[in-house]
Order: sequence, then structure tokens, then C-alpha cells
Amino acid sequence: MMKRLLDGVSPRALVLLAAFAAALVAAPYVASPYVLSVLIISLYFAFVGQAWNLMIGFAGLLSLGHALFVGLGAYTSAVLFIQFSIEPWAGVCAAIAVSVLMGSVIGYLGFRFSIRGVYFALLTIAFAEFTGILVDHSGWLGGSSGLFLPVTHGNGNNVFMLRGSQSMFYYVILFLTGAALVLCRLLVSSKLGLYWLAIREDQEAAEASGVPLFRYKMIAVAISSGMTGIAGVWYAFYYNNLFPEATFSTAQSIELILGTVVGGVGTLFGPILGAFLLTPLGEVLTGLTESFDIDGIKTFFWGLCVIAIVLFRPGGIWPWLSGLLDLDGRRRRSQP
Amino acid sequence: MPAEIYLNVAVSGLLTGLIYGLSALGLSVIFGVIRIVNFAHGEIMVGGMFVTLLLFRHLGIDPLAAVPVVAVALFSFGYFLQDLVVRRVAHLADHMQFLLMAAIAVVIVSLCLMIFGPDAQAAHVSYAYDSFEIGPLLVDKVRVYAGLAALVVSALLFAFFRYTDTGKAIRACGDNYMGALVVGLNVRRLYALTFGIGCACLGAAGAILVLLIDVHPYLGPSYTLLAFIIVIIGGLGSLPGALLGGLLIGVSEAMAGLFMQPSLKSAVSFGLLILVLLLRPQGLLGKAAR
Repeated sequence: MMKRLLDGVSPRALVLLAAFAAALVAAPYVASPYVLSVLIISLYFAFVGQAWNLMIGFAGLLSLGHALFVGLGAYTSAVLFIQFSIEPWAGVCAAIAVSVLMGSVIGYLGFRFSIRGVYFALLTIAFAEFTGILVDHSGWLGGSSGLFLPVTHGNGNNVFMLRGSQSMFYYVILFLTGAALVLCRLLVSSKLGLYWLAIREDQEAAEASGVPLFRYKMIAVAISSGMTGIAGVWYAFYYNNLFPEATFSTAQSIELILGTVVGGVGTLFGPILGAFLLTPLGEVLTGLTESFDIDGIKTFFWGLCVIAIVLFRPGGIWPWLSGLLDLDGRRRRSQP
Repeated sequence: MPAEIYLNVAVSGLLTGLIYGLSALGLSVIFGVIRIVNFAHGEIMVGGMFVTLLLFRHLGIDPLAAVPVVAVALFSFGYFLQDLVVRRVAHLADHMQFLLMAAIAVVIVSLCLMIFGPDAQAAHVSYAYDSFEIGPLLVDKVRVYAGLAALVVSALLFAFFRYTDTGKAIRACGDNYMGALVVGLNVRRLYALTFGIGCACLGAAGAILVLLIDVHPYLGPSYTLLAFIIVIIGGLGSLPGALLGGLLIGVSEAMAGLFMQPSLKSAVSFGLLILVLLLRPQGLLGKAAR
């Protein structure tokens, strides 16, 4: 397994990756609580971005409703915790199950009825919005006035209870992001990953060569939705409050995938790079525009930045950066 | 409940549906020809609504009289947006186009927010509270005018695509891109025209809509989603389909408001969308998938 993980990665890239990982591990000891909170949000977006990237980047399935799985994971674990005192380490299993089930339903309907491209994306939006409205009208789930988790103080860090300091949440999401990177790398270099690439590049050709489209698309959706569900559990216990509008809306889905698109769809490191660029960019813009005190000025510049990135780095920033740093090594192996 | 109430609600739903249909035409025209899904649809329309509001406030122009002005203004906006920005992403993957349009939407919302502030604003016309009484029917005057105006603009659009050379040329681009290039059509200019026409529809629909609802910058996303639902139900790229979808959604929303909580009405629309996507993905009037 180690061999598959490292095969074809240039020493230069390994050193950089190790340095980056070490910096992240050391961050809570040196960073201020504010910087740490920005890092936490970056890692959260990096993790969800990796999950989304699995579908669009590797298997070519465009989902624009990924907030649905975050919301499902968050609400499942939160309700189990509040109503039945089921702790998050058990709740996360239920959250994964619910998310995967929903993902499979959407995938089944979409792929059985051969709904593709933009239409499949709209199907995912429809499911996310529909679920959001239902949650909004369900009194049991708190409705539009929100669902709140009881906050306990002073019990120390407990990873299984997802209760503790900011650093604990940081290390949990850091672990998840790292694990997702390893998982994606293993998947891409596996036979499954090759099938996905074949489907992404040319569905008809893949089918003609005997790739069972339905099965492998379903696997992509299931893994992606399950991972996103885990992110939802983390989200619920980190923020301790859930609002249907803020968790299920299309605006939320856009925010989740933005980093990945900017970083580079279909690359392993793109989601991480994108999240670590965009989240701090948002913070910097907040700082710069605060003094003007005009509504909307921050999002205005933010939108312009995104437009500029789409126009001038349409392949994402990672492929360009990795070329610049010559991370592919001298042999110029094409990176999956 | 007496039967008149259902009839009244149905009629006012139909009239609102006409405006929805006109706005959805804007989305359908652009997708049908340029094959780009305009995710900034609702936001561009809200921009048109604010222009209407400005004209009403400062020059005292009635929103209905402002329809041509706003349509022309948004036409130029759309023309240059396509020619300067959107054209450059035509060869990119779906998600890049989506991101670009979503970012444009964010910029438009932020601009509206910066200029007009976050509060809901209304244009009060003198006939706002009048109504027509036809037998048992009691219909708001503004709604009748609004529906009729939407019908007129839609008819003009259909006539344009059916009878003028430019309209035919645009349809040719949509049907066969390569063929249009081969016969020497100026596809770049026609695409810009198409995007402009799509936005003009939005401007007209927005101006008309000012009569019926209060304007605020955050209206956009819900109208974007609504237009998607309508064009998917009617058939993405089909013009009559967009109108039919608009009417269907207008009536179903009005009825849903009668039978259940009004806030649940969009759940009904999304439910309809999922059904149509599964049972007839090309939409009610769309051509079968390639």
C-alpha cells in the first residue's frame, strides 16, 4: 500500500507535503485562536471539497447540491444526540448511513433514468432544496428557528464525544483531511479509479469497453456522500447550531465547491490548495473592507476575484502551481 | 370553501405564471442557443427590477411604461457580458461555467446591496388597490396588466424568432453550430445578441414583477431556482415549453398557497421538478434527448 501511495511522487513534492503537514500539526501551538479558526474552516472546506472532487473530478459527475449531505449528516447526528443521547462516535455511523442512502437514491434515480451533465446537477439541487424546505417545516428538527446542541464546558477534550477545545476540533478535521487525501490517492491509483477516469473521459467508450457504468458511478456517489456526511457531523458539533437555510441552501453548496474549482478539479491537492487560498482571501477582504462599512462590498470583490480566477486560470491553480514548482519530477508524469 | 375562491386563485396564478414564463424564456433562449446555463438568471432580473424602481422613483415612469427601457438596458448588459466574459468560458467544463455565472450573480447582488441597501422596497402605483370584477371573479388590476404585458412581450419574442432573419439565424446557431459557421453566419455576434435578448426578457419580466412584489437584493437565488424548475418542466431550450412551465408553476404555487402553508409552495415546485426529471427528462415540450 505504501508503494502505491508513493509511486511516482517526486521527492521534491514529498518534502513539500511533509513540511506542509508538519506546519499544520504544529499550528495550534503557535497560532492565535483567530488564525486557528481560519485554519479550521479552511480544513473543513478542504475535506468537503475532496469529497465533492471524488465525484466530479474522478468520475465526472457534477453535483451542485452537496450541502444536502452536510445537512443530513449534521442533522442526523445532532438529533440522535439531543433526543436519544446517542454520542457522536455512534451518531457518525448513522450519519454516514443516512447520507449514503440519500446519495444512492439520487444516484439510482439519476443513472437509471440516464440523467446526465447539467440535468443531473439540477437533480441534486432539487433534492437539496426540497430536503431543506422539509427540514424547515419540521418542528421536531427545530424548523426554521434552528436546532441547538447543548454546550458543556470544562469536561476536557473527548474526541469520541466531539466535545473539547478548539485545538481538538482542529486536529479532528486535520486528521479527516489527511485521511481523505490518502484515500483519494489510493482510490485514484486503483482499478476503481481507472474505471472512473474512463467514465469521466468518455462514457460511451467506457461502456463499450465493458465498464459497468451504473455500479462505478454509484460507488463514487456513495463514497462522496458518506465522506460529506462525516463532515456534517463535525460541522454540527463544532458550531452547535443548525439552520436549514444555512445548511441545505444552494448558496451553501456553491461555497462548499468553490475552493475545489479554484484549486483544480480532478487533482488530488486542488481541493486543499483552493480551500487554503479562498478562506483566508475572504478573511483578508473582510479586514480590508471593514473600514468602508458598506453592505456587500466584501462579496463584491470576492466575486470579482472568483471571476478573475475562472478567466485566467481555468484549469485551477494547482496544475499551474505544481508545474511552476516542478512537482511532477523530471520525468513529467501526468498527475491523475 | 366556495368555488369562486379556487377560481380566483387559479386566475391570479395563471397571470403570475405568464410573468414566470416570460422570465423563464430568458433562460431558455440562452441555453437553447449558447448551451450555457445562466446561473445568474434571478440576480440579473433583480437588477432589472431595481432599474425599474429607479425610473419610477426619480422620473415617475410607470413600471409598465418602463418595460421597453429596462429591456433595452439589460439587452446591452447581456450583449457585453456574453461578448466580453461568458464567451471566454464556452470551451470549459460545465462546473467552470457554473462557477463563473455564480460569481457574476454574487457581484450583481453585492452591487444592488451597495447601491440600494438590504431593505425591501416597493413602487406604489395609483391603481395598486383597484380590481376588475367579472361575474364571480375578482382580479387585481395590477395582476391583469402585468399578465397581459408579459403576454405581449412573449408574443413579440416568438414573432422575432419566427419571422425576422436575425431570429432565424439565431435559431440556426442553436440547431447546428457548425452549420451556422459554414454558411457564414457571424456566430460570435449572434451569440451576444442571444444573450442580450435573454437578458431583455429578464428586464421586461423584472419591470413587470415590480408591480406585484417588493424588491430586495436577496430575491435573486429563489428566482433563479424557480426559472430552472420552469424550463426543466417545459423542456430546456423550448420556448413554448417555458411559457407552459411558467403557467403550470404559477397555478400550482397559487394552489399550494391555498391548501397548505404558503412557505411550502416551493417544495411543491421542487417535487414537480424531480418528477419531471425522472419521468420525462427532456421536459413536457422538449425534444427527445440526443
